[in-house]
Amino acid sequence: MKSPLFMLFALAPISALAAGPDVGQTVQQPINWVAISMFAFFVVLTLFITKWAASRTKSASDFYTAGGGITGFQNGLAIAGDYMSAASFLGISAAVYANGYDGLIYSVGFLVGWPVITFLMAERLRNLGRFTFADVTAYRFEQKPIRILSASGTLVVVLFYLIAQMVGAGQLIKLLFGLEYWIAVVIVGALMMVYVLFGGMTATTWVQIIKAGLLLAGASFMAFMVLAQFNFSPEALFAKAVEIKTGLAMHDPQLVVDAAKKGVTPEALAATKGTSIMGPGNFVKDPISAISFGMALMFGTAGLPHILMRFFTVPSAKEARKSVFWATTWIGYFYILTFIIGFGAIVLVSTNPEFKNAAGQLLGGNNMSAVHLAKAVGGNIFLGFISAVAFATILAVVSGLTLSGASAVSHDIYSTVVRKGKASSAEELGVSKITTVILGIVAVVLGIVFEKQNVAFMVSMAFAIAASANFPVLFMSVLWKGCTTRGAFIGGFIGLLSAFGLTIISKSVWVDVFQNKEAIFPYTSPALFSMAAAFIGIWLFSVLDNSARAATDKAGYEAQRVRSETGIGASGASGH
Amino acid sequence: MEDQLVKTILANPNYQKLLKARTAYGWIFTLLVMIVYYGFILLIAFDKELLSTRMGDGVMTIGIPVGLFVLLFTVAITGIYVRRANSEFDDLTDKIKQEVLK
Repeated sequence: MKSPLFMLFALAPISALAAGPDVGQTVQQPINWVAISMFAFFVVLTLFITKWAASRTKSASDFYTAGGGITGFQNGLAIAGDYMSAASFLGISAAVYANGYDGLIYSVGFLVGWPVITFLMAERLRNLGRFTFADVTAYRFEQKPIRILSASGTLVVVLFYLIAQMVGAGQLIKLLFGLEYWIAVVIVGALMMVYVLFGGMTATTWVQIIKAGLLLAGASFMAFMVLAQFNFSPEALFAKAVEIKTGLAMHDPQLVVDAAKKGVTPEALAATKGTSIMGPGNFVKDPISAISFGMALMFGTAGLPHILMRFFTVPSAKEARKSVFWATTWIGYFYILTFIIGFGAIVLVSTNPEFKNAAGQLLGGNNMSAVHLAKAVGGNIFLGFISAVAFATILAVVSGLTLSGASAVSHDIYSTVVRKGKASSAEELGVSKITTVILGIVAVVLGIVFEKQNVAFMVSMAFAIAASANFPVLFMSVLWKGCTTRGAFIGGFIGLLSAFGLTIISKSVWVDVFQNKEAIFPYTSPALFSMAAAFIGIWLFSVLDNSARAATDKAGYEAQRVRSETGIGASGASGH
Repeated sequence: MEDQLVKTILANPNYQKLLKARTAYGWIFTLLVMIVYYGFILLIAFDKELLSTRMGDGVMTIGIPVGLFVLLFTVAITGIYVRRANSEFDDLTDKIKQEVLK
């Protein structure tokens, strides 16, 4: 066993937080039958939905986009579900539990990408694309290179994200259900394949909607119960939390030594530590890391393939806009809940010996603070409910990821590059299904291979690559007339490779995984540099491009713009 | 899309109006979000103490309402944009469609 979970947050605030779903190495708990039965109920319900969805999944369009028949409200809830992963729920409430205010700063970063997507991308995406975001990036360019670039960006992001989710599922099942690691990985892999293979986007969306509803309801109940104990006075909750944190600091044997070093009384130092949860702590280190990390979150969101794909499931640009508004509302509401839940856990969990081991640490680590709080406010039944929801969350997110990976292979690579657009809908659908099975097996195998590895960097890697490869190409191809095939291709790969390379030599991989003494790249996130490299690359190689293709690319801009702005010529809800 | 249709739309005054209004609106709003978010982050990076300052006699600090404001601002500004885009801009788009698609 490596470091306990709480070390993740204590030692490397930003990188560990960025990795959300990684719960570190966990210890198997006794079997929890309540949680298992509730999860079984969720599975039965979603399988019925899959059966219904299967009867409506006939064409490639049904498979990729649910035939474009999802409403803005439903899609908003599904997008929120993709975003409110087990990572957000357990990770952010754990961050608030450990450091108070810093958890809020982190969640703000996750939310601010949404307005940018709304203002600059949502309707243009909807108007230009059909199935994948590569439909948009490759709209006026030479298909082959740009499809390969965007499909690579999709697959790399999906793979890193998938591994992190699978490992998280395995670690969580040991804690929440008391089952073995490999069981979780196989269950997630198998169920996900069933949802995606038979129910396509319709089933994936409804699984996500149901899960989002359950998670929001459960989190609302917890926040309500916490506030009710303080007569709905946040001030009273915060005051009690500060008092408890001060008390905990007083019991720290290290306190006297630290106080002597700083030349203050132990009481004064404990009080400082207690009140520190009410303001920013170590989350933001140097300004460059802060900006760079903020950019990865903000623009990474706008480049995540499984999120972008959801804009094609609604019938019009109007519904696309509505869906981002609903998604932003639900996610914002959820982050406020996690803030209350984190403070609630400080008050109700951190002082309760039932939730602690002999050394005074939280059972299962800080990431379990929300789960313990569920028991504290709602007893065993509610604990089972929250555990089942946490596991269902991973399942739903994994399904969406797999679907977007499968569509990149079948629609972008097979149908467009290999068959040059001549593949029939049935043929494309067949390739999607084979890819789904392959991705499912790969995810299970990698989930088991990476069991003992530190995968904390994988989600931040996915965000960095999405921000540096997918987003710049999307942005420049839609908004800059001068962008050419060559510029987008070279610049996009520069972004992908630099985000990958810089993450490898940053602390989260170079030190935490490869055990080197010091990181070569000193900042938390590469986004500031890799995004700049991508944009400069796209600009430079477009400007230098004098080929005949470049002239065609530029000549195609006005027609693309007319369609992206008005939707004239775009496929509607019944476009198949 | 046929070249003729593109030319017709490009020459349509309502299309030019839509483009101008929505582009400006989108960029100004993007800028606002950037200012608020990176302002918040830089404030923390350069002056941690400020947000930890207490507001009254209790433990409540300035940072709590400021952080909540950034969250609510993000939701609100998205809502404001979507509202205008879904009414005014979409009406204009419909008008363009009617005019150019005979």
